[in-house]
Amino acid sequence: MDAGVDGDQGVSMHRHPRWQLAGLLAAPVLWLVVAYLGALGVLMVSAFWTVNGFTGGIVREFSLANFRTILGEEVYRTVTLRSVGVAAAVTVICAVVAVPMAFYMAKVASARSRHWLVIAVLTPLWASYLVKAYAWRVLLGNGGPIDSLFGGPGRGPGYGLTATVIVLAYLWLPYMILPIYAGLDRLPDSLLEASADLGARAGHTLRRIVLPLLVPSVAAGSIFTFSLSLGDYITVQIVGGKTQLIGNLVYANIGAAGNLPFAAALATIPVLIMVIYLIAVRRSGALEEL
Amino acid sequence: MITEIRYNRPMTVELSGLRKTFGAVTAVDGIDLRIGDGEFFSMLGPSGSGKTTVLRLIAGFELPTAGTVALDGRDVTRLAPFERDVNTVFQDYALFPHLSVQENVEYGLKVRKVAKRERRDRAREALAKVRLEGFGARKPSAMSGGQRQRVALARALVNRPKVLLLDEPLGALDRKLREQMQVELKAIQRDAGITFVFVTHDQDEALTMSDRVAVFDAGRIVQVGTPEAVYERPVSAFVAGFVGSSNVFTGETAKTLFKKTGTFSVRPEKIAFTDEAAAAPGTVAEVIYAGPVTRYVVDLDAGARVVVVEQNSRTPRALAGLRGQRVRLGWHEEHVIPLPSGKDSAHAS
Repeated sequence: MDAGVDGDQGVSMHRHPRWQLAGLLAAPVLWLVVAYLGALGVLMVSAFWTVNGFTGGIVREFSLANFRTILGEEVYRTVTLRSVGVAAAVTVICAVVAVPMAFYMAKVASARSRHWLVIAVLTPLWASYLVKAYAWRVLLGNGGPIDSLFGGPGRGPGYGLTATVIVLAYLWLPYMILPIYAGLDRLPDSLLEASADLGARAGHTLRRIVLPLLVPSVAAGSIFTFSLSLGDYITVQIVGGKTQLIGNLVYANIGAAGNLPFAAALATIPVLIMVIYLIAVRRSGALEEL
Repeated sequence: MITEIRYNRPMTVELSGLRKTFGAVTAVDGIDLRIGDGEFFSMLGPSGSGKTTVLRLIAGFELPTAGTVALDGRDVTRLAPFERDVNTVFQDYALFPHLSVQENVEYGLKVRKVAKRERRDRAREALAKVRLEGFGARKPSAMSGGQRQRVALARALVNRPKVLLLDEPLGALDRKLREQMQVELKAIQRDAGITFVFVTHDQDEALTMSDRVAVFDAGRIVQVGTPEAVYERPVSAFVAGFVGSSNVFTGETAKTLFKKTGTFSVRPEKIAFTDEAAAAPGTVAEVIYAGPVTRYVVDLDAGARVVVVEQNSRTPRALAGLRGQRVRLGWHEEHVIPLPSGKDSAHAS
């Protein structure tokens, strides 16, 4: 009898596909609307609020004052450009390192060592972000291992912009390797063989066949490395010396200054940059084959 | 004999003592083969018999464990694929998905730095040869399986290689298209005068198109010859069973039927129903109507189950009620093919 009831329910679900769909999507839609878009919406709205200079209380009235300040003052433009530069440099370094690594993993290594290589790439993700950043602080410190590599105390890059780029590139590298590895894994070996068969040497095959087909994978990886670098404010505090990125300014305005609306206005800059970046990637057609 | 004449022509592909092992697995176990200029040569065998590995050794995708590969009299055993004057049509076609059909076909010429104008003309000519004029601007993904197959063919032929290697190129096509492509491939090969080395597991394909066929089993060649020779005079029970189907008789049964000891093979279409008193009596166990032919499974009193194929050239006999009937089967002495007995006959199928 029970089985019959279950069966009837199954049938009624089949007869009412809308209920089926609603049941399937209720949880994710709720999450997306409340937790995800909700938070983003509050951020966008509060960016147009201001803080009362005397009381420190938030004035919930529409105002463009925050954006006027950001666009008007030199320091915000400099910091924005610097942040974009860091994110771009990190992305390029990650891509340059990841392509040969992923190629070795996907096309050269034996099936067994491939397995271990994927684990090796993923392992750093299990360790705390903070611990890894502090490990680099030790490496890059005055008279540290990197200094001695360059020939003595003070000879290495030290703390600063270069150090920030290096450490961010190290932190986000797995996010670039994995999509490229997946892309190469999907690439049939016969394409490489066909290219060689038609007379192309390895370098030619790499330039004309492998890299063009990897553009969607690199684009996917770059979205991770670019956005993660753009939002970072911890690494730069640990190894960046006096360097400031957008994230630092956001953090300083929330913490020390207590100006949440201005922090929100600053935070819209990386959001805007990412939207522009995604549109550019989409325009290039790189996402079509994802 | 045709095979002998072939041997007097210049040899395009010469394999000697070719061996290839992958770890503990021996894929190719000592192959000697000479393929003549302009020959359509098929390598036929079940999957895992080493035929594709031999093709890959000729192309240069694999290096042999032992032995040599010579193309046009030149030892190329250690040369990379791009240093060999051969081109391959891959089983999955391996068209470059980001390039148009035209760019795919031009790829080999571009690599060899052929001038743009000549490149375009030759690519157009090659596409015309495979009847794909006007498809140059399309992406491979916008084409059907049969069209992709022809693009792959054009991409290889445009380079005018000494030897064209084809790795089961028709395997993914449906039957009708496959039969059509068989005829076209043969015509293109005759036209271009290029040596074709064709790998297939489909015996019909091998018999229809080839000048000569090599039958592979377990990494070795068990027989090389014209399709007619391989079919009519198989040298082992394996060949008899793999190339076409065959009735294989051994031991007491063979002695009763042929008055000789040994292992013998008789093709199903060479056995006929007869009224002669001397013919072998049996009982019809199964009747299978298959359009142009009807297959009968007959249990002989001598102790063997045989398959008889009869052309339905006239109205087929009334099939209903035929099962269980007593019949007599006859054959010509010349169609009884002696096979080496012993271990090899265990392959009989």
